Amino acid sequence: MSIFVNKETRLVVQGITGKEGKFHTQQCITYGTNVVAGVTPGKAGQKMDDVPIYNTVKNAVDETKANCSMVFVPPPFAADAIMEAADAGINIIIAITEGIPVLDMMKVKNHLAKTGSRLIGPNCPGIITPGECKIGIMPAPIHKPGGPIGVVSRSGTLTYEVVHQLTLKGIGQTTCIGIGGDPVNGTNFIDCLEAFEKDPETKGIAMVGEIGGSAEEEAADYIKKNVTKPVVGFIAGLTAPPGRRMGHAGAIISGKSGTGQAKVAAMKKNGIHVCENLGEFGELCSEVFKI
Amino acid sequence: MKIHEYQAKELFKKYKVPIPEGSVAFNQDDAKTSAEKLGGFPVVVKAQIHAGGRGKGGGVKLAGSLEEVEKTASEIIGMTLVTHQTGPEGRLVKKVLVEQGLNIVKELYLSIIPDRQTASNVIMASEAGGMDIEEVAEKTPEKIIKVHIDPLLGIQAYHLRAVAYGLNLPAPIIKQFSGMLKNLYNLFIDYDCSLLEINPLVITGDDTVVALDAKMDIDSNSLYRHKDILEYRDFDEEDPLEVEASKYNLNYINLGGSGNVGNMVNGAGLAMATMDIIMLAGAKPANFLDVGGGADAEMVENGFKILLSDKNVKGILINIFGGILRCDVLAQGVVQAAEKTGINIPVVVRMEGTNVEEGRKILADSGLNLTTATDIKDAAQKIAEFANA
Repeated sequence: MSIFVNKETRLVVQGITGKEGKFHTQQCITYGTNVVAGVTPGKAGQKMDDVPIYNTVKNAVDETKANCSMVFVPPPFAADAIMEAADAGINIIIAITEGIPVLDMMKVKNHLAKTGSRLIGPNCPGIITPGECKIGIMPAPIHKPGGPIGVVSRSGTLTYEVVHQLTLKGIGQTTCIGIGGDPVNGTNFIDCLEAFEKDPETKGIAMVGEIGGSAEEEAADYIKKNVTKPVVGFIAGLTAPPGRRMGHAGAIISGKSGTGQAKVAAMKKNGIHVCENLGEFGELCSEVFKI
Repeated sequence: MKIHEYQAKELFKKYKVPIPEGSVAFNQDDAKTSAEKLGGFPVVVKAQIHAGGRGKGGGVKLAGSLEEVEKTASEIIGMTLVTHQTGPEGRLVKKVLVEQGLNIVKELYLSIIPDRQTASNVIMASEAGGMDIEEVAEKTPEKIIKVHIDPLLGIQAYHLRAVAYGLNLPAPIIKQFSGMLKNLYNLFIDYDCSLLEINPLVITGDDTVVALDAKMDIDSNSLYRHKDILEYRDFDEEDPLEVEASKYNLNYINLGGSGNVGNMVNGAGLAMATMDIIMLAGAKPANFLDVGGGADAEMVENGFKILLSDKNVKGILINIFGGILRCDVLAQGVVQAAEKTGINIPVVVRMEGTNVEEGRKILADSGLNLTTATDIKDAAQKIAEFANA
């Protein structure tokens, strides 16, 4: 089992003919992901390797029954691409694109609330159900199939670090999701926690947050009330100076909100095992999950 | 991206948001000319830097005559202004805004920000103008009016009324205020603001509302559609190394203070975690340079040179988890930088992920004096030993 994506997932790639879109689509196919279509306006009828290309997501869905999309469209056109996917009936939209303006994302979020679509990202590494399907830019070999741990994170490379440590300890993963480092994103921690709690094969959850916003505090509160599985957490940026945007647009301490200390305190108070030293994340997981 | 008060006011003027008469001056003669044009006293001389709290720091002064304008301008231009937002090192003032003084009856607070939680734009207003709004929010939250606007719906008349009546504005002012607020909202949307703040917005003796101050931050991700804002960029307000890094599409962040470890990392989350673990190991990060996902050897080389040019740095930690960025590409860049500039401080390298074996081999064969670390904890301990030696 897994959450959101599995070997039944039928993927369409928006922006499949771009340099990055093409490279990562090939990587996903190699991993075993069922890529059924690509979209690049004006290139209908062509193929990327064996993948048929369509002008619109609607055409791709009609012809191939695609139900999941991976978005590699550049920032000026990405919000449009996400809304197009939602209107074409795509269930899960994974937006890898970094640098979409906040006001565009706010429109996307409000529009998607009227559809049944789930957005993961933007500015994220994507989602992987090890051994079944990889939708995103994460390096495949660091993952270990078979579970029993679900991973959810706001970061990219920091997720790789955490997953790598789990794998080195012999701890496999059910699904690993990067929800992205932007201030306005689609799927949040709580959505993933809820899904992991329901997934019978996920026995424990690793949650990686960072400074800025209040998503971790809300997640901690949710965990106390709704999650029975053990959770190990980590917060990046405890030593960040206030007022500086730390690379991620969402990672900024403004005034008294968004500090790492407040997040760690909220997590501890709600029964989450907080890892204080990133170098010991794998060890702590071994201990807590008893693997 | 931050812009200056006088630049924000140029945009206010374009959007028919009332501002005091005035103009920017780069020296005391300019300031005198600006004041002469205003045709009356007092005038206000305001330091133009990208930080708040200028008044308390001595960067905003009244002048009652042309002589006083000259004197005040010469004092402010060239001063190092220290405010709660500049840090202890302060900021050198290079220009002032010279404006007409107003007969102020009441000071209000007004701002518009995108609210990440609700994915809506929120107008915040308060009768407690001129004060630190975060303090007002903490002590007397009931004094702040918040009106959320669905970005798909846009601003409606009832939004305007909610703010105007919430502020207890006198009847003759309501219409003018509502028009102004609508224009301000349009400015906020048209320019992708991440903050638009007027503190204070004043009511004058002749019943008009005027934006006495103006603060505008613009979403950096939106700059591709705001070429005019790019012209407002003021390199004097930025860290020279951050400017240098941005030329190569690298993200360099100077952490300020007394740090002594330079960091090369990929990804913001890993960068922050690396910074934290260095602190835990007993050293202090001075900066980090995020080479991102799509870096090539040239970019890595340029990044490494930037780290080497920071004189406070006693050692460099390279912590890379290769994903899109391949470890062999990174290693090649480090070797190129070392060959061209020479490395005279200790460098600890920790690499993992895509093509890590090739990367390690390139570094090992280079003959460079590098220390390799087995994992992130080992890396932090090793760099801390060097930095504190």
